[in-house]
Amino acid sequence: MATIEAHRLGKTYGTTVALDNVDLRVEEGRILGIIGPNGAGKTTMLNAILGLNAYQGELKVLGRDPWAERDQLMRDVSFIADVAVLPRWIRVSQLLDYVAGVHPKFDRAKAESFLAKTTIKHTSKVRELSKGMVAQLHLAIVMAINAKLLVLDEPTLGLDILYRKQFYDSLLNDYFDGKRTILVTTHQVEEVQDVLTDLIFINHGRIVLECSMEEFESRYVELMVHPDHLLGARSLQPMNERQLFGRSVMLFDRIDRGQLSAMGEVRTPTIADLFVAVMTNSTGSGQGAMISDQK
Amino acid sequence: MNTESDNRLTQQATTQPFFWSVRRELWENKSIYIAPLIVAGVIILGALISAGHLPERRRNAMLLDEVRRRAAIELPYNIVAMVIIITAFIVGLFYCLDALYGERRERSILFWKSLPVSDVTTVLSKAIIPLAILPAIIFVIIAVTQFLLLLISSVVLVPSGLAGTTWENFNLFRESVVLFYGLIVIVLWHAPIYGWALLISGFARRATFLWAVMPPLGLAVFEKITFNSSYVWSLMKHRLLGAGDTAFDFQMHRSISVDLMSQLTPGRFLTTPGLWIGLIVAAAFILAAIRLRRYRGPI
Repeated sequence: MATIEAHRLGKTYGTTVALDNVDLRVEEGRILGIIGPNGAGKTTMLNAILGLNAYQGELKVLGRDPWAERDQLMRDVSFIADVAVLPRWIRVSQLLDYVAGVHPKFDRAKAESFLAKTTIKHTSKVRELSKGMVAQLHLAIVMAINAKLLVLDEPTLGLDILYRKQFYDSLLNDYFDGKRTILVTTHQVEEVQDVLTDLIFINHGRIVLECSMEEFESRYVELMVHPDHLLGARSLQPMNERQLFGRSVMLFDRIDRGQLSAMGEVRTPTIADLFVAVMTNSTGSGQGAMISDQK
Repeated sequence: MNTESDNRLTQQATTQPFFWSVRRELWENKSIYIAPLIVAGVIILGALISAGHLPERRRNAMLLDEVRRRAAIELPYNIVAMVIIITAFIVGLFYCLDALYGERRERSILFWKSLPVSDVTTVLSKAIIPLAILPAIIFVIIAVTQFLLLLISSVVLVPSGLAGTTWENFNLFRESVVLFYGLIVIVLWHAPIYGWALLISGFARRATFLWAVMPPLGLAVFEKITFNSSYVWSLMKHRLLGAGDTAFDFQMHRSISVDLMSQLTPGRFLTTPGLWIGLIVAAAFILAAIRLRRYRGPI
């Protein structure tokens, strides 16, 4: 059974189409990054998966219909929907008491041992903690819940680089065991590049690219073209061309590396490079190239 | 290792979402018990300060006929109960107006919804605060306050030899039985008001108090201007103050004090259509609030 199975998943707000007949299948043990510009439909998709929004189409999460069975589903699903959603008035000790009191899969000892590594005091109220500490506290609770699916929506937004790094390190080292499934959306794509096993790009409510990271690394090649080979390289129809230090940088899909390396230096692109290429292609080509020309 | 897995087993067996959700409400809303405690404290302080005049007032009261004497001696105790009941009503109303609004405003609804606690459990854990927890708390606070007042008055009146007159005319046990009955009556009668406030707190995006008060008030004004009648107004007034008319038989002495258990008329109260209509409306409001919370996210 796949962790998430969506078929023709849709959601409209008035006349705005937030999700447009999305098909998605996420297998157990994957770490899927959902990347897209603001308003692309990422949060709508996550909210449908979490049973926070009604939707059209078919959706099964861990074999359940999230809208109809949210309460039962939440025994096996954890999410950090945003930084700073912990109630500001609550004490750390009360928060642990409450989660232990309502969640059958919460291991309090585990949460305590994560908290022991931080400077967070049990007697503190959430409002007295820094933004980074609140994120640590939330992560400590989520990591102590033995869930099958973890959903992270911009989990590190507004945190400084030390907390961000620590966040993903703890997630990979102390939480991910190869059986859980993690969904993550973020604008800080460079941070998750080494974390993900799968990648989708979403724009205007549609999935515009879907691939595993192995596929990503074998399919896409970035070439910094030697000026003598500019025309030859262009004839291979790059997805995108931009200027860097006066030289052309082209991104190719499914073109033999050996062939390309004769025309300049090749490397694996970053997710951000591919994202820009795919988005500029889908919103009108040439625009992206013009912006990089001006730099 | 063994104890750890044992702990985990007992933990699994003892998750009590409703119990912990109610506790959470009490953690967040300390005013539920602090406000009536402060009022009780002020009353006791006032009684201590004015204790010097008590012997003189008591001598005057003893000159009245038996019924009036009893009423005069009981009056402070009834005032304690009334003031604290009114305080609790205001606290309960504002609690309800914030209950489903605050979590959306501070976005913590996203955290609460990430836990396996249903909207039914959450909304009921909030509804039970004004409908059961708050009345239980003020029952204890009022009874203790009345007992302390009784002690103060007895001690103050001992030198003048009048200490016994309080005990002859005021029966704390009977007063507590009447109070217990009265609190149940008031809560059942006010249930639709609390239900309405809960519904508004789940619905409004801002200014919950205005949303709760303006529509019925506007309706009353509209009715007055258009039809020159005031059914809506009297309906609202009846809902706010009308519980006593059917639940107690005040006619005998034309005062609010209750001397005889026969003045409690639960049979008449329970057969008032207004009570049952109110309870059905309250249930409908709470059900609507549960439905609404499902669709609601942060503001």
